[in-house]
Amino acid sequence: MLWLLFFVVTATHAELCEPDAENAFKVRLSIKTALGDNAYTWDTNEEYLFKAMVAFSMRKVPNREATEISHVLVCNVTQRVSFWFVVTDPLKNHTLPAVEIQSAIRMNRNRINNAFFLNDQTLEFLQIPSTLASPMDPSAPIWIIVFGVVFCNIAVAISVLVLSGIRQHRRKDNELPEVDDTEKKCENVITSENGVPCYRLHKNGGRINDVFVTKDEWLTPL
Amino acid sequence: MALVPGLGPHVDDRGDERPRWDSKSQYLLSCLGFAVGLGNIWRFPYLCQAYGGGAFLVPYFIALVFEGIPLFHIELAIGQRLRRGSVGVWTAISPYLGGVGLGCLLVSCLVCLYYNSVLTWVLWFLLNSFQQPLPWSSCPPALDRTGFVEECEGSSTVSYFWYRQTLNITADISDSGTVQWRLLVCSAACWAVVYLCISRGIESTGKAIYFTALFPYLVLTVFLIRGLTLPGAAEGLAHLFTPNVQILQNPRVWLDAATQIFFSLSLAFGGHVAFASYNPPRNDCRKDAVVIALANSMTSLYASVTIFSIMGFKATKDYGRCLDRNVLGLINEFDFPEQSISRDDYPAVLAHLNATQPERVARLPLKNCHLEHFLDKSASGPGLAFIVFTEAVLHMPGAPGWAVLFFGMLFSLGLSSMFGNMEGIITPLLDLGTVPRWVPKEALTGLICLLCFLAAICFTLQSGNYWLEIFDSFVVSLNLMVLAFFEVVGVIYVYGMKRFCDDIMWMTGSRPGLYWQVAWRVVSPLLLLAIFLAYITLLAQKPLSYRAWDPRHEQFPLRPEKLYPGWVQATCVLLSLLPALCIPVAALAQLLARRRWRRKEVPSQDTHLKPQDGGPC
Repeated sequence: MLWLLFFVVTATHAELCEPDAENAFKVRLSIKTALGDNAYTWDTNEEYLFKAMVAFSMRKVPNREATEISHVLVCNVTQRVSFWFVVTDPLKNHTLPAVEIQSAIRMNRNRINNAFFLNDQTLEFLQIPSTLASPMDPSAPIWIIVFGVVFCNIAVAISVLVLSGIRQHRRKDNELPEVDDTEKKCENVITSENGVPCYRLHKNGGRINDVFVTKDEWLTPL
Repeated sequence: MALVPGLGPHVDDRGDERPRWDSKSQYLLSCLGFAVGLGNIWRFPYLCQAYGGGAFLVPYFIALVFEGIPLFHIELAIGQRLRRGSVGVWTAISPYLGGVGLGCLLVSCLVCLYYNSVLTWVLWFLLNSFQQPLPWSSCPPALDRTGFVEECEGSSTVSYFWYRQTLNITADISDSGTVQWRLLVCSAACWAVVYLCISRGIESTGKAIYFTALFPYLVLTVFLIRGLTLPGAAEGLAHLFTPNVQILQNPRVWLDAATQIFFSLSLAFGGHVAFASYNPPRNDCRKDAVVIALANSMTSLYASVTIFSIMGFKATKDYGRCLDRNVLGLINEFDFPEQSISRDDYPAVLAHLNATQPERVARLPLKNCHLEHFLDKSASGPGLAFIVFTEAVLHMPGAPGWAVLFFGMLFSLGLSSMFGNMEGIITPLLDLGTVPRWVPKEALTGLICLLCFLAAICFTLQSGNYWLEIFDSFVVSLNLMVLAFFEVVGVIYVYGMKRFCDDIMWMTGSRPGLYWQVAWRVVSPLLLLAIFLAYITLLAQKPLSYRAWDPRHEQFPLRPEKLYPGWVQATCVLLSLLPALCIPVAALAQLLARRRWRRKEVPSQDTHLKPQDGGPC
């Protein structure tokens, strides 16, 4: 009698947890990809941990605080390390709705991942999309900071260039009028030697030293 | 000695002494920087790979020898002899040819606008490269955070970053959208950098060129060393250089080789004429021309080796990922142990499974992975730099550093070409005497940069990329060939071959030999004419269309081909004709002006005096 009951129970269990059964989810683990040489082998103890994590997630749902590890059924474990699981109600005659299980797993996904040293890509719940982490938004986009630095440098360089150009122009403008003034002064000044104007020297018989008289023909033409 | 009457050797129209290069190396680097531009990086490697690898070098070097070097020598010689910018030079040769100079000026203006917009994009990518992880390495999550943005999932992270986060492109050219403020500020920064470097003409350019012309070679070398040590580089290089001699029978190859040489050397822009006009009169321009043209071609080859070693690495990585995805599909479907099928076992396992359980295998999304398919997926133009290369950089360790180096290199390359373009605008304007003498040069260059920046705002619109493609395809292609043809004919037949050879004898100390004479008289003009006719026939055959980025297209990410609307087609035609039309229009205007002048003047007046500034166009 007991054996019959046992077979009936396992048979019902088997029906509840089957590939593509109602409210069943497929899980796939890629332990070697995630951990490489530190990969652990998947055995019944790891399965037990998995059932515990699922039960833990379900206990956080209101009205499901009574979920036990034995309510989580795992079947069809393959070498890939993939399997199907369902969560039954305390009476173990029907499975809990998929929606509830989905939301429970999504809420605690991080805890489940960490228990197995895996992440969203290596511990896949095939029908449960994972919530993506929001991207790290710095207070100011980095490109604006770099742009600010570059643009300030350019602005400083341009102002230096323009100002130095203006200063050069002003210096040139200031030099030219001075040159004109001295030339005019030279024209107005009467050259004199010892108080005697030069133009009178010739008439007064002064001797002119030929050496210092420049003759244009002696200079080689440019 | 053939001196142009009334033109002193060192005095230009402004009455000041003409500026001079500080040293010969500045001049050589400026010409080289102008010639070596973005096209050497992203056009030549693509052509080399598309047209049978090593075999493409044959038409390329033939075009270089018979078209590139002779035309380049003419430009440098005539600029150095007549010591004026493009407008002044052609007006001095014959007032009826003033339109050639004006055409060059107009082409330089139009090219400046869109070339700096490309630099804006490069600057944007450069600024975004200073972060780890790079912003184009992952898709942003969708609003409900259960998946990524749909547009990004459908295409790829780099395509999404380029089309959506950079350009924010519209699906159609008639839908202009709004001005993208990010691109606008980058454009302002680019024009500010250009102004900073050219504000005092060659005085400031000559100093900036040492960095902008030499830095790209340094970066190319670093990338070459890195690229050659990456896995898959050998496959990339083999794919690039394996010669396919049959392809030489296709006339398209010869046409593309000739046009590539032409645009690569930046001929008929007026920039080289302007640079050469600041040289001392006795300078060996023949050696300069040969050296710079050969250096330009060597740079193209050097760059293609670097680019293709990295493309080979990327293709190998993509091929590996394709195989891995197939293997994972099999493992997941048939629940084999993890990592039980290696890449080499995959074909055998697939065959076995296909034989035993074909229905299950058929349901899997398995792709056919071939390395050649990935190697062929090269691109040219902005597609290479902003999509393909950025993706390749993601896989290299230390990605942000490589991205900064790469975009920094592109920025300097583009900047040194911009110097030549701007010089091709500023020197003729200064020589024409349109600007009063009291206006300082910094103010003139500042005004030109400001006007160009305002005009280039249209490229920062959402449809800016489509407009840029139009400018890129239509402004340079036909106009430069017409202008270059008239340049050769003008110098050899109007100025006179004997006079020109005498000038070169005076400048360099030896007469041009038989090769130069044959090339100038016969080969180059005929070649230009042939290319021009071939180009027009090809252009007339296919309707004007473009590829749009439309996320709502059924076959997204494939880009649908759309036809240009009527008003856009009219703009295309205008862009390809306007500069070339300057020649007949200027000649006609000069003819009419002369007739009117002759009727007014007394008949005994000497009508052989040529007015200093020519075409009133």
